[in-house]
Amino acid sequence: MPTRRRALLVLAALAGLAVLSLFLALAAGSMAVSLADVLRAVVGSSDGLAGEVIRGLRLPRALAAFACGGLLALAGALMQVLLRNPLADPYVLGISGGAAVGALSAMLAGLALTFINLFAFAGAFGAMLVVFGLAHGDSSWTRTRLLLTGVIVASGCGAVVALIMSIAPEEGLRGMLFWLMGDLGHSISPWPALAVLALGLVVTLPFSRELNLLSRGDTLARTLGVSVNNVKLGIYVLASLLTGAAVTTAGSIGFIGLVVPHLVRLAMIRLGWGNDQRLLLPASALFGGSLLLLADTLARTVIAPQQLPVGVLTALLGVPVFLFLLGRQPNEHQ
Amino acid sequence: MNTPLLEAGQLGVEIGGHQVCRNLNWRVDAGESWAILGRNGVGKSTLLATLAGIREQQCGRLSIAGLALPPVRPGEGLRAMARVRGYLSQHQFDPFASTVLETVLVGRHPHLGRWDWESADDRRIAEAALNELDLDGFAERDVQSLSGGERQRLAVAQLLTQDPQLFLLDEPLTHLDLSHQVAVMEMFVRRSAKSAAVVAVLHDPGFAARYCRQALLLFGNGEWLAGPAGEVITAPNLTRLYGHPLRELSADGHRWFVPR
Repeated sequence: MPTRRRALLVLAALAGLAVLSLFLALAAGSMAVSLADVLRAVVGSSDGLAGEVIRGLRLPRALAAFACGGLLALAGALMQVLLRNPLADPYVLGISGGAAVGALSAMLAGLALTFINLFAFAGAFGAMLVVFGLAHGDSSWTRTRLLLTGVIVASGCGAVVALIMSIAPEEGLRGMLFWLMGDLGHSISPWPALAVLALGLVVTLPFSRELNLLSRGDTLARTLGVSVNNVKLGIYVLASLLTGAAVTTAGSIGFIGLVVPHLVRLAMIRLGWGNDQRLLLPASALFGGSLLLLADTLARTVIAPQQLPVGVLTALLGVPVFLFLLGRQPNEHQ
Repeated sequence: MNTPLLEAGQLGVEIGGHQVCRNLNWRVDAGESWAILGRNGVGKSTLLATLAGIREQQCGRLSIAGLALPPVRPGEGLRAMARVRGYLSQHQFDPFASTVLETVLVGRHPHLGRWDWESADDRRIAEAALNELDLDGFAERDVQSLSGGERQRLAVAQLLTQDPQLFLLDEPLTHLDLSHQVAVMEMFVRRSAKSAAVVAVLHDPGFAARYCRQALLLFGNGEWLAGPAGEVITAPNLTRLYGHPLRELSADGHRWFVPR
């Protein structure tokens, strides 16, 4: 495991990466802006068109992208501990499915953007309650039962989504497709997502060592003094809230939640630091945020003035990178 | 120091309608080493898990180093319990890659505050435990690459790092070769000679007679027999316990039991 000093150094470097990505996102776009102008706009002393574009359009979107990436990566890391399965992602328990049903229903009814987001959050919350209620019925926390319930609820939501899309009018389909693939053009304000991300980090960091124990089995965690059921319930509710906030802001962006915790863990294992959540959780949040921010910058500039849904880009870029890294990993299982 | 490390009064433990023990009155003090013997499925592991506070007893009183089970205030109660009793489970899980040093340091958790990181002292304790289990040089290895016996010794090292007074061991010798079986038992005997106590589920009555000073036999119908190993571990008792005739042999001052 890393020492505290090394962990802080890594986090500082990742925070630097986040700031760099932010400046890149603010400078890039159909209207070229110099870095000096970006700086002036951020500190609020520029009144020209550049200032308007940066403060009014690019900054909120960039912050939303960072927040969503951080939320998804943190939620994915937590789900992987909760389900003790490195293949878990934030959507595995049906939260994005519930949100999709909510958002697409609102789109079908022709509601305004605010309501689409509201319905998305309600759908995510509803799915969380349904999965929790069904899986937690006998007050035990069987991992298999939780996972099965989540997967079934997710596929049920998938069927409803398909139903909505098949009866939706032609002109509404494009918006729905973008929502399903994940698109930051939908975000209204970045602040709720950023606030939830900050809350998520503040709540999880003091419990990171408990999470380390939990990832090694309930029995071990309990004999070493962890209130296993309470911590698990906490992770479940928190990961759901984080995912719900991300999905409400930007639709179901894939890949980040599964792969960022993996990449961070792979790097930590290479460095001989193992699987320490005290570094893994905040590092995943920072790295996930930067990655989505860069991907979104690319998504809105690569074929400008047209925009790509960022979810497509994260998957297109991420899948080969991930497969490459996995292929290079020495096989430890002999 | 007169508080017993383990005290059970009228303890009743059940699993799936099967009675593990009825009215168990049992006391374990520092300096003692107990073997729990019984047939497969008789509930040895269930009893040990109950003593460790992982499952609740059906009736009766149970306390570990003066702390009642189940704890009144679960959060702090569990942590306090974790500083005085250690539990070696039959199975170890490693779903994520992790280094051996990291895994052994996990044992320090109950001794650390919420914001503490493992100190140089904790590292020294962990490294000493690895040395004691013949795992020096393994610190940077990935746990997922260890053999069964190495993984088992790592679990024992983790338990030493936890530094409890009461060791509850569920089949501590699984996967170990003979030399390591002897080494691990001798190590626990040394520990229990100081101010600690050991309660171990064992399968070889010869090992139990040689290394444990006391024994608890579970007969499977709720009946039990507890006492000094010399009086309890006898061929007639074991014949009744295992439902198979056994014969006692002596060699080098040790007693061994072989099936007829």
